[in-house]
Amino acid sequence: MTGKTLYDKIWDAHLVHEAEDGSSLLYIDRHLVHEVTSPQAFEGLRMAGRQVRAPEKTIAVPDHNVPTTEGRDKVIENEDSRIQVEALDRNARDFGINYYPVSDIRQGIVHIVGPEQGWTLPGMTVVCGDSHTATHGAFGALAHGIGTSEVEHVLATQTLIQSKSKNMKVEITGRLAPGVTAKDITMAVIGRTGTAGGTGYVIEYCGEAIRSLSMEGRMTVCNMAIEGGARAGLIAPDQTTFDYVKGRPHAPKGAQWEAAMEWWKTLHSDDDAHWDKVITIPGEEIAPLVTWGTSPEDVLPITDVVPAPESFKGGKADAARRALDYMGLKAGQKLSEIEIDTVFIGSCTNGRIEDLRAAAAILKGKKVKDGMRAMVVPGSGLVRAQAEEEGLAEIFKEAGFEWRLAGCSMCLAMNPDQLAPGERCAATSNRNFEGRQGRGGRTHLMSPAMAAAAAITGHLTDVREIM
Amino acid sequence: MDKFESFSGVAAPMPLVNIDTDMIIPKQFLKTIKRSGLGVNLFAEMRYDDAGNEIPDFVLNKPAYRNAEIIVAGDNFGCGSSREHAPWAIKDFGIKCVISTSFADIFFNNCFKNGILPITLPQEQIDVLMKDAEKGSNARLDIDLENQTVTTSEGESFSFEVDPFRKHCLLEGLDDIGLTMEKAGAIDSFEAQAGQARPWV
Repeated sequence: MTGKTLYDKIWDAHLVHEAEDGSSLLYIDRHLVHEVTSPQAFEGLRMAGRQVRAPEKTIAVPDHNVPTTEGRDKVIENEDSRIQVEALDRNARDFGINYYPVSDIRQGIVHIVGPEQGWTLPGMTVVCGDSHTATHGAFGALAHGIGTSEVEHVLATQTLIQSKSKNMKVEITGRLAPGVTAKDITMAVIGRTGTAGGTGYVIEYCGEAIRSLSMEGRMTVCNMAIEGGARAGLIAPDQTTFDYVKGRPHAPKGAQWEAAMEWWKTLHSDDDAHWDKVITIPGEEIAPLVTWGTSPEDVLPITDVVPAPESFKGGKADAARRALDYMGLKAGQKLSEIEIDTVFIGSCTNGRIEDLRAAAAILKGKKVKDGMRAMVVPGSGLVRAQAEEEGLAEIFKEAGFEWRLAGCSMCLAMNPDQLAPGERCAATSNRNFEGRQGRGGRTHLMSPAMAAAAAITGHLTDVREIM
Repeated sequence: MDKFESFSGVAAPMPLVNIDTDMIIPKQFLKTIKRSGLGVNLFAEMRYDDAGNEIPDFVLNKPAYRNAEIIVAGDNFGCGSSREHAPWAIKDFGIKCVISTSFADIFFNNCFKNGILPITLPQEQIDVLMKDAEKGSNARLDIDLENQTVTTSEGESFSFEVDPFRKHCLLEGLDDIGLTMEKAGAIDSFEAQAGQARPWV
C-alpha cells in the first residue's frame, strides 16, 4: 500500500459518506461568509424553513463592497452595497453566527480575518463563497471556494458534496534571490502551468524556498492556487505554522493544544505518497515578475519585453492579441518602460503586515511620483493598527500614499475604489482580467515591493535597482 | 430545479480562451440579493458600449444568436471568481449548455446546481462544433443528456462523459440539500466521532 499525501489525510479525516458513484460527502470545519455571495443562500434557508446547522463554525465579515474611507460605519452611500451589508448584519444576527461588523477593529478581508483570529487551523476543511479561500491552505487546511448554492448547502448541512481531486506536488527548491518574494513564487508557478494547469488537482507546495517563508508569505502562495486552476493549495504545517497559530483567540489552549499538536505533526505527505503530477522550480531562478496581459498566466520577469502574440500557440495567440489591444501595449516594448498612473497595495493576496513592511522598506524617505494615485488598503483593522504602531503608516503617508480602512477595495472594485477607463495600475492583487479593477482599467500584477518601486518611478520597475 | 431535457438549440461560438467570470458577469451586477434577472447583464462589458448600446459585433447581439441556448467556448471557460452570478446570468439569458475543452472547477460545479450542463470535449471535436456554431441559426446542435451525446447539424455525433450522480440530479431536477439532509444520521455520527477525536475544532 502506498502512503498518503497531506490532501489524502485531510480528506479521509472528513469523509462522512462515500457513494458507489464516487461522490462523497465531506464535513466542513469552518465556513466563512461575506456579504456578496451569501444573501441568496440565507434567503434559500428561510424559504425552506431550514436552520444553520453549526452557527459556531460559521464566521461572517463584510469585505467585498465596504468603502475604505472614514465614516463607513455610520453610512454606506451606495445603496446596493448598503443593502448587502445590512443583509449580512441581519443574517448573522438571525442565525446566530460569529460576526465582525464594519465597526469592529477585527473586520477585514475574510481570508485575513480567519487566520488572524485563529479560526483557521491545520488539518481543517475550510470553505467560503470566494475563490481565494485557497489562502487558508497555508496552514495545511483543505480550503477552497464554493458557489452560493454550495454556501446554502454548507449552512444547512455543514457538509459539501465533493469528488476527490488529483494530487500535484509543486516543489520550489533552494533559496530566493534578494528582491524576490512569495508573490513571485506563486506567479512563477502560474506562468509555468497556465491558468488551467491546476484544474482537477489539489496542489501541495513544498521545498526549501516554501519552508523558508513566513505564514504571511505562505498565504500569498496558496491564495493564488486558484489562479492556476487548482481546487486548493496546501502547505504542510511546521513550527512556523504552530508559532503563528499559538495564542490566537480561537486557537486551542492547554490540554487541547497538546492534543491538537499531536495530530498536526502527522499532517505531512508520506515519503511514498503517489503524485499525479510533479513540478519543480529552482527558487534561485525566479526573478521579480509582472503580468503584461489580462490573464494571471501572462507573467514575465521585469527585465523582459512584451511578447508577440504570434509566439503563442492555438487560441492563446488570439487571446494575446486581444490582451495587448486592451492593455494598450506593443510587442517588443520593454516591461520596465510601461508607465503607470495608479498603485494599489492590498487584497487577500498581499494585504498582510509583512506585505506592508516590504512596501514601506522601499518607500522609506521617498516620494510617490507626481500626479500618481497611490493607495494602501490594509487587509484587516488589526493589520492597520499594527502598521500604525510600527510606523509604517507614517512612511506611506509621507511618501504620498492614501492610508485606507480595511477591505477588498480595488482588487475587484466593487466599492468606490476603481480604475477609470485607460488608467494603468501596479497592483498587488490577484487578477488582471479585463475590467477587473474598473471598466477599461489596465492591471499589472506584482509583489508589494515591486508596486512600491513603481510608485516612486512612475513606471514598472525592477525593485532590485532601488533596494 | 427544472428537469434537464434533451433539446436542440442554436449554439453561439465564443472561441476566446480563458473567458473568466468577470467577463461573464462584471462585478457591478453582484450587488443583488436575488438570483434572477441577470441575463440582461450577461457579458455586459463585451455586449454593451459605455452608453449602454449594444455592440453589434458581439456574438449574442447578432440576430442569429440572440436566442442561443448553447455556447461553444475556448479553453478554460469560467475561470476566476467563484461568483454563482455567472451561471445565474447564463441561465437567465436562456443558455442551458456550455461546451468547451475545459472548465474552471468552481464554475463547473456551479453549473450543475443551476440546471446548466457543462460538456467537456477534446479540441478536435470542439473545432467541429465551433464550425457548426458559426453557421448561425440554421444550424442547431442536439444535446442529449440521457445518452450523453452532442450532435451537429450535419448529423455528426460526439459522446461526452458526465458524473453519474450529477447526471441523475440534472435529469430529475433534484435539490442537493434535500438529498444530503436524508443523510443527517451519518452527519450526526460523524460529528460525534470527530468531536471526540478533534475536540478543538
